[in-house]
Amino acid sequence: MDVLSDNFAMFREGFIGTVELTALSALLALVLGTAVAAFRVSPVPALRIFGTAWVTLLRNTPLVLLFLAVTLGLPALGLKGWDSFWLAVMALGCYTSAFVCEAVRSGINAVPVGQAEAARSIGMTFGQTLTQIVLPQATRTAIPPIGSLMIALAKNTAIASGFNVTELGSVQKSLNADAGYNIYVIFLWIAVCYIIITFAISGLFRLLENRLAVAR
Amino acid sequence: MSGNVLYDVPGPKGRARNRLYGGLSTLALLGLIAFIGYRLDDTGQFQSGLWTAYEYTETQQRIVDGLLTTVKTFAIAAALSLVLGALLATARLSDHKPVRWAATVVVEFFRAMPLLIMIFLLYAAVFTSNPMWALVIGLTLYNGSVQAEIFRSGVNAVPKGQSEAAYAIGLRKTQVMASVLVPQAVRMMLPSIISQLVVTLKDTSLGFIILYEELLFVGKSFAQQTRPVNGVYAFIPMVIVFGSLYILMCLALSSVATWVERRTQRSRKGSPPPMTATGAAVMAGPALGAAAPDPGASGADGTNHH
Repeated sequence: MDVLSDNFAMFREGFIGTVELTALSALLALVLGTAVAAFRVSPVPALRIFGTAWVTLLRNTPLVLLFLAVTLGLPALGLKGWDSFWLAVMALGCYTSAFVCEAVRSGINAVPVGQAEAARSIGMTFGQTLTQIVLPQATRTAIPPIGSLMIALAKNTAIASGFNVTELGSVQKSLNADAGYNIYVIFLWIAVCYIIITFAISGLFRLLENRLAVAR
Repeated sequence: MSGNVLYDVPGPKGRARNRLYGGLSTLALLGLIAFIGYRLDDTGQFQSGLWTAYEYTETQQRIVDGLLTTVKTFAIAAALSLVLGALLATARLSDHKPVRWAATVVVEFFRAMPLLIMIFLLYAAVFTSNPMWALVIGLTLYNGSVQAEIFRSGVNAVPKGQSEAAYAIGLRKTQVMASVLVPQAVRMMLPSIISQLVVTLKDTSLGFIILYEELLFVGKSFAQQTRPVNGVYAFIPMVIVFGSLYILMCLALSSVATWVERRTQRSRKGSPPPMTATGAAVMAGPALGAAAPDPGASGADGTNHH
């Protein structure tokens, strides 16, 4: 109990840090992931190859390595001035986008073929077919896997604590180093914080799923 | 639905347009790569002084040591997580309610906790002087829980008739599980199990954060020791060299998963049991025609999903 009341400001800061990190990188991952999924089904071979390379590369890179590459590489490319928070958002967003892309793509694959055929037969272009017919229906199947990806993302934000970002992981690390508190109690409170976040995400996605559900 | 359902076969105009887009996007990508290369060169990342260190046998020995440490950690964690996964899956499929509940709580808890938070706890509380075991036990708890769910869904996915038939010929619960359900479940779930092993391999790099001397940590300390050339530290070469090592390892393991997946799919539709073949020869023509496309269709369905 003491740990929480003594360090409430620290916990609050860490909690907000984790929530912000999760929300912003989720946004980046969803936008990037959908774009890359569109690339992977597009009629332009160059874009398809780019999409495949993006997914293969990012899915097989450890997130810690990606963090290192982003925090060391982007400043070398001339992006000075960015603080570690935004670099962490970039790393997490790009990493998760590869997984979101695959979820969206399998959603696209689950839409009955007749839908796209009907769209094409009334003269819709690829862009129109994808954005007006296929993607809205693909969302329904893609929502549950994307939900679990977002939970994984929230858990992955802990890695940012190794790269100077204030969030729950760094709170745990500094409190552990403080000594004087029971390490298990610290862990318990950190665990409660994460469980709140992951429950919120899964609740949100269940709500979305119910909203989008149709009787078939 | 494969991609080409989404657009018509392009005519001459469409082909020209696609070529234009393709050309433009290729140019943009090449431009981006060239820009990255130029910036890296401009900031002096390609100076020979930063790279010569990789030619020394001593350096190579250290990289090999780091690699072996990573592989060793991965091997122990993978083996332990498979064992833990099997135990937890058995407990979750148990007929006794308390056992089932306990296993469910354990699995759900460790799946919901960030792995790094677990590792921080283990490192601070239990294995204070031994980061390797903090990493291994953390990986085992997390991946074991995930593997348990994979095993369980595999066992549940075996058609119900299999276990009913096994019970009907008088097998006991353990026998049904061990000789009928598990072999089929493992075969079905092998691609998922291997993908989870890739995740385990990737997550060994978390040891970097608790200063365990695995591959990535070797790279970092190595880059810190290399003398900066003209004020440039050897971090980017390190990321390039060690990044390729990691990606190659993970790609190798992932390709095993894809290979296994293709193999099991082919064997399912490719070689029908001899019984069916003789039966079909005796049967009338329409029955053969009706039976033939069925496995082919399910196989095609399977490939479409991946």
